[in-house]
Amino acid sequence: MTSNRPRIVRLVDVKDESSTVRTMTFRDDLCSKAKPGQFIMVWIPGVDEIPMSISVIKEDLAGLTVREVGEASKTLFDIKAGGTIGIRGPYGNGFTPIIGKVMIIGAGTGLAPLMPLTEILAERSASIDMIIGGKTIDEFVFVDRAKRALFKTKSRLVTTTEDGSHGIRGLATDAILPILREKSTDIIYTCGPELMMRKVFSIAQESGVPVQASLERVMKCGIGICGSCCIGKYRACKDGPVFDSPKLEEVKDEFGAFRRDHSGRIIKLSTN
Amino acid sequence: MEEPNLSVEISGFRMKNPLMLASGVLGISIGSLRRVHEAGAGAVVTKSIGYEPRVGYDNPTLVEVHGGYLNAIGLSNPGVKEFCKELSRSKIDDLPLVVSLFGAEPSEFKDMVSMLDGLKIKAYELNLSCPHVKGFGVEVGQDSRAIREIVEAVKEESGKTLFVKLSPNVTDMVKIAKVAEDAGADALTLINTIRAMSIDTETFRPILANKVGGLSGPAIKPIAIRCVYEVSKAVKIPIIGCGGVVDWQDAIEFFLAGAQAVQLGTVIAYRGPDIFEEIKRGIRNYLITKGRKSVREIVGLAHDF
Ligand SMILES: Cc1cc2nc3c(=O)[nH]c(=O)nc-3n(C[C@H](O)[C@H](O)[C@H](O)COP(=O)(O)OP(=O)(O)OC[C@H]3O[C@@H](n4cnc5c(N)ncnc54)[C@H](O)[C@@H]3O)c2cc1C
Ligand SMILES: Cc1cc2nc3c(=O)[nH]c(=O)nc-3n(C[C@H](O)[C@H](O)[C@H](O)COP(=O)(O)O)c2cc1C
Ligand code: FES
Repeated sequence: MTSNRPRIVRLVDVKDESSTVRTMTFRDDLCSKAKPGQFIMVWIPGVDEIPMSISVIKEDLAGLTVREVGEASKTLFDIKAGGTIGIRGPYGNGFTPIIGKVMIIGAGTGLAPLMPLTEILAERSASIDMIIGGKTIDEFVFVDRAKRALFKTKSRLVTTTEDGSHGIRGLATDAILPILREKSTDIIYTCGPELMMRKVFSIAQESGVPVQASLERVMKCGIGICGSCCIGKYRACKDGPVFDSPKLEEVKDEFGAFRRDHSGRIIKLSTN
Repeated sequence: MEEPNLSVEISGFRMKNPLMLASGVLGISIGSLRRVHEAGAGAVVTKSIGYEPRVGYDNPTLVEVHGGYLNAIGLSNPGVKEFCKELSRSKIDDLPLVVSLFGAEPSEFKDMVSMLDGLKIKAYELNLSCPHVKGFGVEVGQDSRAIREIVEAVKEESGKTLFVKLSPNVTDMVKIAKVAEDAGADALTLINTIRAMSIDTETFRPILANKVGGLSGPAIKPIAIRCVYEVSKAVKIPIIGCGGVVDWQDAIEFFLAGAQAVQLGTVIAYRGPDIFEEIKRGIRNYLITKGRKSVREIVGLAHDF
């Protein structure tokens, strides 16, 4: 068995989500069977191999959503439909969908793993409160896709921007408590900037609501041996990237506090 | 039947069982090293630490092949200063911790050891064998004079137990092993990965960003067994076997070939840290079945033939 090798796939479609974010779809049986929250290692030959959440999980189509950040993501961002990339995975544990009253809160490309989760939960008639946050309206992604999914079930979509250009003015996390006060919530799913997730976790702990949060750490092997993605005693690539409340509690000294760079050095997470 | 004794002592370094975590596997944070120890490892070896921080090679740094993996992580490490901080931040008294070191010059090794020696680490392993980083590892590892000078320098600086890890990518391993023994190594770890390569047929490209990497996993076990067998016949110091162990039978094979302990690396990718408990149980049951009281009793039995 040599499954941990890049499989070369051709991009079927490339779609702009915003000026800096694109969703790219391809055909791959393994990714079509992925759980929401799982990720792939994406090989951009000659450049790098980087972790990306699987943002589209359909029977005959899978996809990723990339924001251009540095060299590798920019090169990936510029690949057109018909171009090729290498992928290995799916890796990691993924979210555990439950049927009940759920809250989903995400921002930016953090929404990538949350979108297929939202779609599955909506199909299963969960009651969903979804909060999408962003700095400004230009940074919003997936709002239409979220509306299409949520339309199928008992749901509500709240958007927040820091400058008030869309939805409520403020942080995504400001929208949590009003909802929790109004109705009981069985679980909160979140992915986005780590400091946001840390805040989500604190609020949820105080309210006694369990959380599943998808964390990012530097990934090299993706299969649990190199140790570059460690957080506490866990490997984000294998034991994560989704951490539930008991695990988040175990790694609370690192979660929202620091991560490691490619050398293993500790980098403090800044508060802005 | 009395419980067989799994503990081993290698030149003053005591382990509750003969299974160690190999260097470079989950070894950059104390959190993960502790987890592997709790999962049943008798000792844990850190990722190789160098004097300066290194980010290592670009990804892809790892690719699977039949029988194992190729990696070219490129000795990424936070540098000895940062690593000392990592060690001081955590409670490590109870951890059977071996720090792996790489470098180019005897003085570099000496400086690193002088910074680390006051911390509660139990032993050092010198990585004189990384197959894919220029100027370190193998290039040092085939140079008898460099090995002698490095081992002597470390021995002069520290009284802690010293393992020297050797490369199979040399023409005469026995000769190199003897040089390390003469220079004062307390034990030898055999083997590091083997230089290897893999090419993607769709894009015609070598997959690893560094093109060449080191092969680990089941594919290299027969080579490692041969190395342990030959070297253990030629030297008096203990040997720690490493390379391709995935189950208890593999571990036993290493003991029979002449190893006092074995290290596990790649198997963690297949089975996770729980593999330690499983292999330990297998060794225990084997000793009972064979009517042997300890691991020590079966070390080198293959030499009788
Ligand atoms: C599980 C997981 C899922 C992710 N999903 C998505 C997604 O769906 N969409 C998306 O746009 N981004 C996602 N990311 C982040 C994405 O991997 C980084 O933005 C990308 O690696 C940046 O690479 P670069 O060369 O463009 O930037 P660089 O300039 O090289 O780095 C910018 C920053 O990106 C991060 N980074 C770089 N290399 C890695 C690596 N190998 N592993 C982890 N982080 C790295 C570092 O924090 C670094 O500071 C995910 C990350 C993880 C760990
Ligand atoms: C991802 C990875 C990283 C490694 N890094 C190091 C290292 O930093 N120092 C070292 O001495 N050996 C390193 N090795 C080699 C292992 O310690 C071991 O010698 C080799 O993998 C053979 O054992 P195995 O087949 O059980 O993995 C590394 C191996 C792997 C797979
Ligand atoms: S990326 Fe290598 S252990 Fe997680």
